[in-house]
Amino acid sequence: MPPKPSLGLRIAFFAGMAFLHLPILVIVLYAFTTEDRTYQFPPPGLTLRWFGEAFARSDMWAALWLSLQVAALATVIALVLGTMVAAAMYRFAFRGKDFLTTLLILPIALPGILTGIALLTTFNSLAVQPGFWTIVIGHATFCIVTVYNNVVARFRRTGYSQIEASMDLGADWFSTWRMVVLPSIATALLAGAMLSFALSFDEVIVTTFTAADQKTLPIWFLNELFRPRERPVTNVVAVFVMLITFVPIVIAQWLTRDTDDLHGGGKTG
Amino acid sequence: MTLRRRLSDAFYVRPLFLLMLLLIPPLLWLGIIYLGSLFNLMLYSFYSLNDFTGQVEYRFSLSAFQQLFTSPANVDIVLRTTVMAAVVTVACAAIGFPVAYYIAFHTRGSLRMFWYLMVLLPLWSSYLIKVYAWRLMLAGEGVISWFFNLLGLGWLLQGILSVPVVGGPSLSNSYLGMFLVFTYIWLPYMILPIIAALERVPKSLIQASSDLGAKPNQTFWKVVWPLAIPGVAAGSIFTFSLTLGDYIIPQVVGQPGFFIGQMVYTQQGTAGNLPLAAAFSVVPVVIIALYLLLARRLGAFNAL
Amino acid sequence: MSYAVTLNNLVCHFGAVRAVDGVDLEIAQGEFFSMLGPSGSGKTTCLRLIGGFEAPTSGRIMLFGQDASRLPPYARDVNTVFQDYALFPHMNVRDNVAYALTVRKVGKAERDKRAEEMLELVKLDGLGERRPGQLSGGQRQRVALARALINRPRLLLLDEPLGALDLKLREEMQIELKALQRSLGITFVYVTHDQGEALSMSDRVAVFNHGKIEQLESPKRLYEYPRTEFVARFVGSANVLEGRLIGQPAGLYALRPEKVAVSSGHSAGANRLPGRLLDIHYLGSQTRYEVEVEGQRLTAVSGSDDSELQIGDAVTLGWDAGSLRALSGAPAPAPSLAPQGGAGGGKGHGGGS
Repeated sequence: MPPKPSLGLRIAFFAGMAFLHLPILVIVLYAFTTEDRTYQFPPPGLTLRWFGEAFARSDMWAALWLSLQVAALATVIALVLGTMVAAAMYRFAFRGKDFLTTLLILPIALPGILTGIALLTTFNSLAVQPGFWTIVIGHATFCIVTVYNNVVARFRRTGYSQIEASMDLGADWFSTWRMVVLPSIATALLAGAMLSFALSFDEVIVTTFTAADQKTLPIWFLNELFRPRERPVTNVVAVFVMLITFVPIVIAQWLTRDTDDLHGGGKTG
Repeated sequence: MTLRRRLSDAFYVRPLFLLMLLLIPPLLWLGIIYLGSLFNLMLYSFYSLNDFTGQVEYRFSLSAFQQLFTSPANVDIVLRTTVMAAVVTVACAAIGFPVAYYIAFHTRGSLRMFWYLMVLLPLWSSYLIKVYAWRLMLAGEGVISWFFNLLGLGWLLQGILSVPVVGGPSLSNSYLGMFLVFTYIWLPYMILPIIAALERVPKSLIQASSDLGAKPNQTFWKVVWPLAIPGVAAGSIFTFSLTLGDYIIPQVVGQPGFFIGQMVYTQQGTAGNLPLAAAFSVVPVVIIALYLLLARRLGAFNAL
Repeated sequence: MSYAVTLNNLVCHFGAVRAVDGVDLEIAQGEFFSMLGPSGSGKTTCLRLIGGFEAPTSGRIMLFGQDASRLPPYARDVNTVFQDYALFPHMNVRDNVAYALTVRKVGKAERDKRAEEMLELVKLDGLGERRPGQLSGGQRQRVALARALINRPRLLLLDEPLGALDLKLREEMQIELKALQRSLGITFVYVTHDQGEALSMSDRVAVFNHGKIEQLESPKRLYEYPRTEFVARFVGSANVLEGRLIGQPAGLYALRPEKVAVSSGHSAGANRLPGRLLDIHYLGSQTRYEVEVEGQRLTAVSGSDDSELQIGDAVTLGWDAGSLRALSGAPAPAPSLAPQGGAGGGKGHGGGS
């Protein structure tokens, strides 16, 4: 293929890209509309009024705070478990590696409703009350794979001889872990943490089933979707949620920029 | 010898010890919490619901599956969902492939990183917000109607909407609308594995092909496309599977006809009929398992 | 005075692969000892066993009189220069070199001072602040060396350290390494597949093949008196002839090309073979002739350029009776050392002549 793309390809590419991004731009525009009862387009006027109203909604703040807490905890758990699996998969050869990879990705590949109901049923069977911790458990389960993907990719790029060299020079397993292994996977850990945070922050389906009547921000949003109190406020929150999730993604991408096998960080394996 | 030293030596002399330590907590978590729950749910599909007491009877019974397959409404649901999943997969592949191709073959360096990020961002944007955005756009007074009217094509839009099955009272209440939203949401899931697969095609293969006299068209179909298939298969796993189980999009942008996801949701919730819900859940799991087998033969697992 | 390294019937299997299949050797303190062989011969595995990076399936490894078979690398008084240098990319050169001291909790001032000393020793002074990624291959190799020597180990293992360098640089480094080893008095165990390298640097060389040592001698005796066909061909090149061809008792005989003279025409006699000239290669300081004799392709090398000879000519190969080496099929048992340190090593029994 010549390096110059054909006109048809270029059109298809930019059309596809526009398709991907147009709805997002639309949302941003709607955050400023003066019309608050319908979804009229084009917006009759523009205003910043809804931003103020959004900030005044205490239920929104409560939901945001819950989401942040859940995301943080789920990320910590995912970091520990994901790194452990990555280390095991990288260092050792054992039967069932394929099975383990499939198992790791199932929580994301299977529809969320299955995971959600399955977990809820189990909690009921065990007479565990749904609550904060059940939400965290559900989230951590599908966040493990995002950390795993990043860390294992980094492990594979780091030669094992560094670990041997460290031990050769007198460092035992603990010192080697601290002084050689951890620094080399630090940015991968960070990237995995960012992605895990974003994944957890956005999740709504599994959360619906594992929460009692707590509202994380996505659940709050879902309610607003079906019984909107103030439509434009919903739009403003939408814009802010997008920004909150954009930042970790960009950071994660920048942290793993010198990986030559770029991948979706975990959502697509 | 200190404890620390003893432990470190033990890890070294018996690596199996270290392996166990590393694998057991995650395996316990995933195996018990996740797999165990799934298995538990599947078990419920073999129980039955006592119509009088509304309680679940924990005895082996195929009544749930019977209900599922003998009621034409239920069979409709399964068919409807599967057809939508297939159509969405094809659309995602058709739209996504040129995008992936362009990025993989016609961008380099920081420009490539930029475009890659531009695909990554919609992927990671909030699912709900994206669905909501489409609700806005598809509404009768929203962007799309406005656009059609602007071009004087309002009649065309009405015509499309009056097509049976596909159309509906408005775009935001039609299968066409659902199809658009599904395609949009899963599109990045399709693009990224294709990029990965295409990136692995060595440029030298393409040069060799044209060196041996193949026209660009032929090179594409004979050299590039076969190597891209695993990527498409990998992406299709997500588009197919996630459409099968989704219950939010059909609610937000849908017609009254239920999808599997909605059925599962309502049956376990308000209807309290967990066995039936479980039976409905088994359907996507089986379809996905079969699909995974097919995708694996096409090489998708190597592209993940 | 104990040996630096003793290997007793060392065996190392990886599943079905017998990487090291019964190796015995003793290395004296202060010796420059090379392990030579093609890839897969077991020499690298042997080195890694000494360093502690692989565990033996059976057999014993003794280091300075102590059984080290099950000791982890950090417990052995051995340091290694790895083939890919294995420098830590997240540390600068000085911290890399000082790593062994950092691990032992030596204070920062002392660490930096000794690191600078080592860098001077390998002629990299002033580069302490740089990162490994900013260095050339040759510089990285020296950093790896400095890092391994900072603790003054009694034994240094080198795993094909010069493989990635270009020819000129490699030759320079060979001279430097040899000089370094002499001045430091440390025992070096050096793995390489380059027989020229092994011959020029070592006190003794062990030739590995299929997980066993085929011959272990000083470089000179190894070259002059190869004992098996493999060694004859691997160390230098050799013409291998059957006894009946050349009027000798049955068996194989090796003849080094530089001991063979080519003359034009066919003449008969003892220690002569008629043949046909296949090819002439002019190599600057030498000329190599390839001659076909009874279906076999033999080589002769001479310092002069016999421009009269043409491809296709009938020629005769001739040699001194004393240049023939009888080869045995089996690898030779490793000779044990008389307990003496330094260069010179043991005296093996050479092939007959």
